[in-house]
Amino acid sequence: MSEVAAIDRPDENRQEIESAVVRFAGDSGDGMQLTGSHFTMTAAIEGNDLSTFPDFPAEIRAPAGTTFGVSAFQINFGARKIMTSGDQLDVLVAMNPAALITNLADVKPGGIVIADSGAFTDRNLTKAGYTESPLENDSLDGYRLVKIDMSRLTVEAVKEFGLSNKEGLRSKNMWALGLIYWMYGRKRQASIDWLKTKFAKMPEIADANIAALNAGHAFGETAEMPAELGTFEVERAQIEPGVYRTITGAESVSLGLLAGSQLAGLNISFCSYPITPASALLHQLARMKNFGVVTFQAEDEIAAATAALGASYAGSLGVTSSSGPGIALKMEAIGLAIGTELPMVIVNSQRAGPSTGLPTKTEQSDLYQAVFGRNADAPMPVISVSTPSDGYDVAIEAIRIATKYMTPVMVLTDGYITNASEPWLIPDPSTYERFDVEFRTDPENFHPFLRDEKTLARPWVKPGTPELMHRIGGIERSYDTGHISYDPDNHQKMTDVRAAKINGIADDIPEQEVEIGAAGGKLAVVGWGSTYGPINRAVTNMRDDGYDVSQIHLRYIWPLPRNLEELLKTYDQVLVAEMNTGQLRTLLRSEYLVPAEGLNKVNGKPFLIGELEDAIRARLEK
Amino acid sequence: MNVQSPPEKLTARDFATDQEVRWCPGCGDYAILKAVQNTLAQLEADPKSTVFVSGIGCAARFPYYMETYGFHTIHGRSPAVATGVKLSNPELDVWVVGGDGDMLSIGGNHTMHAIRRNIDLQILLFNNQIYGLTKGQYSPTSKIGTRSPSTPMGSIDNPVSAAQFALGVGGTFIARSSDILQKHLPEVLKRAHGHRGTSFVEIFQNCIVYNDGAFKHFTEKSVQDEMQIHVEHGQPLLFGKDKSKGLVLNTSEMRLEAVTLGENGITEADIAVHDETNRSLATMLAQMDPPTMPVALGVLYCESAPTYDASVHAQIEHARKDGEGDFTKLLHGGQTWTVE
Ligand SMILES: Cc1ncc(C[n+]2csc(CCOP(=O)(O)OP(=O)(O)O)c2C)c(N)n1
Ligand code: SF4
Ligand SMILES: [Mg+2]
Repeated sequence: MSEVAAIDRPDENRQEIESAVVRFAGDSGDGMQLTGSHFTMTAAIEGNDLSTFPDFPAEIRAPAGTTFGVSAFQINFGARKIMTSGDQLDVLVAMNPAALITNLADVKPGGIVIADSGAFTDRNLTKAGYTESPLENDSLDGYRLVKIDMSRLTVEAVKEFGLSNKEGLRSKNMWALGLIYWMYGRKRQASIDWLKTKFAKMPEIADANIAALNAGHAFGETAEMPAELGTFEVERAQIEPGVYRTITGAESVSLGLLAGSQLAGLNISFCSYPITPASALLHQLARMKNFGVVTFQAEDEIAAATAALGASYAGSLGVTSSSGPGIALKMEAIGLAIGTELPMVIVNSQRAGPSTGLPTKTEQSDLYQAVFGRNADAPMPVISVSTPSDGYDVAIEAIRIATKYMTPVMVLTDGYITNASEPWLIPDPSTYERFDVEFRTDPENFHPFLRDEKTLARPWVKPGTPELMHRIGGIERSYDTGHISYDPDNHQKMTDVRAAKINGIADDIPEQEVEIGAAGGKLAVVGWGSTYGPINRAVTNMRDDGYDVSQIHLRYIWPLPRNLEELLKTYDQVLVAEMNTGQLRTLLRSEYLVPAEGLNKVNGKPFLIGELEDAIRARLEK
Repeated sequence: MNVQSPPEKLTARDFATDQEVRWCPGCGDYAILKAVQNTLAQLEADPKSTVFVSGIGCAARFPYYMETYGFHTIHGRSPAVATGVKLSNPELDVWVVGGDGDMLSIGGNHTMHAIRRNIDLQILLFNNQIYGLTKGQYSPTSKIGTRSPSTPMGSIDNPVSAAQFALGVGGTFIARSSDILQKHLPEVLKRAHGHRGTSFVEIFQNCIVYNDGAFKHFTEKSVQDEMQIHVEHGQPLLFGKDKSKGLVLNTSEMRLEAVTLGENGITEADIAVHDETNRSLATMLAQMDPPTMPVALGVLYCESAPTYDASVHAQIEHARKDGEGDFTKLLHGGQTWTVE
């Protein structure tokens, strides 16, 4: 990309496109997350559907300019329903060489690469591992490269505000944002308003950022940009009317926990120990004290789980959350919850393992741990979150099941969903059916393991209730009296009834529906959790191309929906796509003896739509 | 919370359940159970608002024998479970019971954090210096050289002092007593109950089967006067038959010394006076060991400090000072937009 042509490009010439994928990538200190969230907000306000994904470095303060210090934010926005944050990038904004080298592979052939040439210094090039500048040789010939000295232009744009060079450079992200706003014909007002409010106490910082934003925009407008780059128009999407906000998985789960506890008429005691990516939940709930939420940062995950259980014993809703390694530590306490039949919700934000694994990378590899990972026969319901906004309903459902059946329930979400965001049609809480908990207060014929005939749940008694003093614990309890019992026949009976209680939940959850397509046919792609978006888009695309393929997506992992076996057996082939080495596949095969095959990957990244399409094609064309 | 008071005064027996007590005959746990039941009767405790939480071990069977609410949990975790109980309902009177293995080995971490947070619990540690339930392995309080199935040639690691541990992590109430002191123990338990915050009580308990006589060097009749000092706030630190001995503070060496009144010109005026608000003194008392020094029993340390549970709920109240949160407003938090 050589000459910069100075021509006038009025708005009418914008090329209309259905959707676009843009990634802002830079150093951790470059403010890429903020830039991305601004672009997201504006896209949402302008009526696009969208999906975003932030990619943070694992290190807190990685040295500037290094590849492991790169922070990126990706947004896919469109005039149609957007299911994923996008396979390939239409535009990569690279604020330094490290950002370029780590993200270039995701740019589609012929895609646009906008680089801050001012940051391609020898020092930065060396840190990123370049021996010569990729902006100056032919290595980027397959892309439409735009090199702009954003650093210099930003410093110039803000110099009137009397900031130091270093301070001025901080507005570089806003300069880039202004340019991309211009490319897609976006209004700057929402960002300007935000900056004014955010920096109300530091007006010179607000002004500098606004000046940089305007300068980036003007740079495009005044036609200093290469003509062949083009400008684009992404129309409004057909979206259900209503009031929207963007929501991440962490936000939806925390709001859902609060909503669910209110529907149950309970206070929450949320007990947790920090771990990536689960900490976000603790942070969210810690700010909900005005709703009576108790949060407790325990000394470890064992204490977190046991304190949550103690809270449930005392009559509030005990909730604990962690990711894989922490969930492993909680398991003995979860076993106690199963044995004593107390309600409790465990949120597992899965990440890549084993052990510390890749703490900031997503995976769905805790299904075995959730369904099977305890000593002895210890069944427990497991439900999963499919999209960033889905956490709201899933958390409510977890609380409904936990309190109705007096059982711990594990919610499986993952690092991708926790951090990704999407627009959310804000629900009306009053439209949700209440499921108020009725604590037992009647001493007549009471014992703590008396069961409800239908649900098989035992009564929940709040300590403090007159005449109902009783003792419970981990030692096996007599079916008939609730006292401790070492009788082997009683143990058989109690093991059976615990299993029957959990299996019975299958009658109280919706039958499995076919997400896209219909029962019967050549191929069903089965998924659970965060693979929802890519599978949905891939199956839609393949059906449009005439392939006989359907999507089945599970929320309920345990117990499985009653009709699932029958449904799966209507297809010639079943393909289970999951980000692990085949855990749901094993479960389905062992439960139903269906010849399910797997499409599996664990490279820390969500499925690409293209990968799924290839797999579908391979199975239907063989 | 229901404020019905029980119709008539309860006796110790009213705090006993109908469950067969399953400790070995002669186990010190029986005496402690009796003392706790007596204490609750004397305190006119309300059984429906009283909760006993325990971990696993012989000692941890305790809740099954108390006619109150009770939760027998998992090994080592009782302080954490109890923390959840108390945070969830601060009006409950929560007692935690466990052995030396339960609370200082597998659960040492939770014991430390409960104590340092000063959550309002009574923690009763039954120290028999052995793992009773698992058939007699040495424990973290066993003396060096303890022969047990896992240490046939004698244990080689240093034992931990429960009271010093509790003082070291910032405990606000640390006391000691013994299973056989049926008058002393209920008095200590009453003080523990009266204290707001974590009351940590180490109770020396004889395991007749696996560690019989572990404490006899200071509990046997023949030596008890010389080898025990019962400390009381504001009282001189006297012990021995006829209170003829006492402790003086050697200020140049910063340690306590045992002396005999009348010897070397010592008078009662030289004897140190117990100040239970003095952590250094409490630490020195907790360090004393026979045969050179008596074992200090009673309330070694007590200070008043904010409790964790009260502070947690004060923050919640503060957050609600302008009224309960508005959930709809929370749902609409951040930037929203309307699609027509
Ligand atoms: C996770 C776990 N590990 C080990 C055990 C086995 N166990 C039960 S009680 C106990 C030690 C009991 O010693 P202590 O706490 O001193 O109580 P005591 O029996 O002496 O009263 C052990 C090791 C267990 N129940 N759970
Ligand atoms: S083993 Fe020891 S501590 Fe356990 S019940 Fe028997 S005597 Fe008591
Ligand atoms: Mg013991």
